[in-house]
Amino acid sequence: MRKVLIISLAILLSLSIQLKINSAEKVELMKTDWTFKGLLGKFDRASLQRGYQVYTEVCAACHSMKYISYRNLMEKGGPEFSEAQVKAIAASFEVTDGPNADGEMFLRPARLSDKFPMPYPNEKAAQAANGGAYPPDMSVLAKARKGGVDYLYSVLLGYEDPPEGVTLDEGVYYNKFMYGNKIKMPKVLEDDLIEYSDGTSVTEEQMAKDVVTFLMWSAEPHLETRHKMGFRAIIYLIILTVLVYFSMKKIWSRVESEV
Amino acid sequence: MSDKKVNRRDFIFTATYAVGAVGVGATVWPLIDQMNPDASVKALASTEVDVSSVEPGKTITVLWRGKPVFIKRRTQEEINEARAVKMEDLPDPQKDEDRAKNPEWLVMLGVCTHLGCVPLNDKGDYNGWFCPCHGSHYDTSGRIRKGPAPTNMAIPNYQFLDNKTIKIG
Amino acid sequence: MSDHNYTPKSKFGKWFNDRLPLMSLANHLTDYPTPKNLNYWWTFGGILTFCLITQIVTGLTLAMHYIAHADMAFDSVEHIMRDVNYGWLIRYIHSNGASMFFLAVYIHIFRSLFYGSYKSPREIIWILGIIIYLLMMAAAFMGYVLPWGQMSFWGATVITNLFSAIPLVGEGIVTWLWGGYSVDNPTLTRFFTLHYLIPFLILGLVVLHIWALHVPGNNNPVGIDIKKPSKDTVPFHPYIVIKDTFALLMFMIIFAFFVFYSPNVLGHADNYIEANPLVTPAHIVPEWYLLPFYAILRSVPDKLLGVIAMLSAILILAALPWLDTSKIRSAVFRPLYRQFYWILVLDVLVLGYVGAMPAEGLYLLIARVATAYYFAHFLIILPLLGFKEKTLPLPFSISEPVLGGSSNLSMAKNEKTRE
Repeated sequence: MRKVLIISLAILLSLSIQLKINSAEKVELMKTDWTFKGLLGKFDRASLQRGYQVYTEVCAACHSMKYISYRNLMEKGGPEFSEAQVKAIAASFEVTDGPNADGEMFLRPARLSDKFPMPYPNEKAAQAANGGAYPPDMSVLAKARKGGVDYLYSVLLGYEDPPEGVTLDEGVYYNKFMYGNKIKMPKVLEDDLIEYSDGTSVTEEQMAKDVVTFLMWSAEPHLETRHKMGFRAIIYLIILTVLVYFSMKKIWSRVESEV
Repeated sequence: MSDKKVNRRDFIFTATYAVGAVGVGATVWPLIDQMNPDASVKALASTEVDVSSVEPGKTITVLWRGKPVFIKRRTQEEINEARAVKMEDLPDPQKDEDRAKNPEWLVMLGVCTHLGCVPLNDKGDYNGWFCPCHGSHYDTSGRIRKGPAPTNMAIPNYQFLDNKTIKIG
Repeated sequence: MSDHNYTPKSKFGKWFNDRLPLMSLANHLTDYPTPKNLNYWWTFGGILTFCLITQIVTGLTLAMHYIAHADMAFDSVEHIMRDVNYGWLIRYIHSNGASMFFLAVYIHIFRSLFYGSYKSPREIIWILGIIIYLLMMAAAFMGYVLPWGQMSFWGATVITNLFSAIPLVGEGIVTWLWGGYSVDNPTLTRFFTLHYLIPFLILGLVVLHIWALHVPGNNNPVGIDIKKPSKDTVPFHPYIVIKDTFALLMFMIIFAFFVFYSPNVLGHADNYIEANPLVTPAHIVPEWYLLPFYAILRSVPDKLLGVIAMLSAILILAALPWLDTSKIRSAVFRPLYRQFYWILVLDVLVLGYVGAMPAEGLYLLIARVATAYYFAHFLIILPLLGFKEKTLPLPFSISEPVLGGSSNLSMAKNEKTRE
């Protein structure tokens, strides 16, 4: 029994050590206190709502979120806007629908089931408008970068003047945390860039934290369910393991042998 | 072996089986539920139909939730015919007034209630619809009159947004 | 299974069993005499059965929603993760299940290596196991391609390009595998087909694997032949069933930890970027369970020889029953082998580690030494050890762990029981 425990722990440990080594970064990423980490971690609802605001008012000009629909904004475990709020949000955007009876495409206000609109008609257009760099879709971005949320948070706040000897081309910026330190996205976050409706003070750090929280949710919309279900599943498994252990002891007591 | 011992063993085994069964059930459910309509299907928007170009006596068919919906602009004759039917002649008695809020427009799921085929317009013994699969006859109100279908064709939720637009769902 | 003379009690049972002896089979499985001294390392056979069934069931349900098309595969996976009821759970069980499967299979293989379970009369079980392992790698590789992320695409490109090392026909074979001039939609659809097929081949081989096991019966930690059934054995049910269940539950706790709390930790971030044939990720790494072989591949500076080395590293295992010349099975009684065994374990872990590191400088040197040692273990150390090693005396039976005599004596006894 003890042996098995030690062995399982050893396996876990060696796996996690190996992974730590794999993901060892040269630059230490900036950290902040994410509420969604931990066994029962949940999103900060207000932060998600502010994060959505940062996305639409700042990021959405260049970055798409093609897997997110307006209905997601009211789903449990997300920003949880009310249905009326989301309907109003959706109605303020226009999406292309059609063809109608005349075979024409037409614009109409978005509904709950519509996806967020794309800022550019296609990838080439996006590249052309951004000096050859394609602003990545942000739906799963928090899972698509090594370092995850910490990395995104760091990059948003990692703009610096280039160190001596580094020359940058036109439209290229220096970022402490970006791979290769060169990034084509300019620094966008500034204090008081937007106005939060809930009165939270608009600092760079606050905006970065809010929008990255929002991106974590968009990448893992079922994170809260997963944490909750996982907690229950593991408790359940432990109980069953204990019961099976005693059953096993009972059964094996029939033979003169040590388990 | 004493009775006490037997009891304790029984208790442990029973508890183990019971707890184990709960776990099996909880594991099987997601595997079953994944086949139910997913969130994107459930959220599918209602369909809005422009009916301004439909002539009296004509039917258009639109797709709603993957099924055909018949939208028929009925003539006065057809309305009269539907309203004159005696309730006792109907296998599934239902007044035409209850089926068509606006008598001129019959909005109805175009699915035969027998086994799900799509009935043909303006066919059959009652000038309504006729299902070619197994010979069910429907009248001008879409009510079953003859054949194996058990009930009238279903009426979906719909509303008139204005004079020429119907929103289904 | 012919050693059973089971007759059902009921009349209908008898009638049925005479025509299709299912009850005899069930009776054989429940009564199957198992050495009573099996330790927890022996529970991984059951755990692996669980892994296979889990992968098949979750895989079938995922296939109901997945779309095998280059333009839609990535989207359909996101659809599963977001909209399908419990889709995220099923996919995370499936993707982490692959890792768990390999974790269990490695423990299972190394258990066999330690206790000499591959030796006569169990060579067929062992070789079937190696075939299953090869098929598992094929299934895992093709499964990793299906989400059509960057790692999927470039992993598929790199691995299929291994075949281009074959002289003369190599390029033709690669084009044939791809169904085009690069990894593209035809590649994806055929990989999906094969990914769907292979688990059922594995299932069939597992049946043979267990069948072959039930002929000589289980090996055991002491490694001596035992009489069956006897006081050294217990019936499979309930003794082994409950013990396997207990071990399985412990395993499931670890499994659940990954699924619910670190579902992506064993994957690679780049696979959440849709495949792009124009951009290769900075650092291509296979899944962790393939890393040792990847290290062997890269440690050889020649393309063809590298591929040959990698394949030989696996195929050499099939020859193991004949490379190991020792008459004693269990490492418990082989003091020297025991030490070499642990060096091999370390060697494979080192290979896995350098497989994840860039192939340059010190890492490359380490990889080369470790590769050389890996082959030396099987080709030089094991054959010699059988002649040179002074083994400890074996007990006569597992229930009387008294030292019964010299190893030669017990061997004579072993030979006898086999005849």
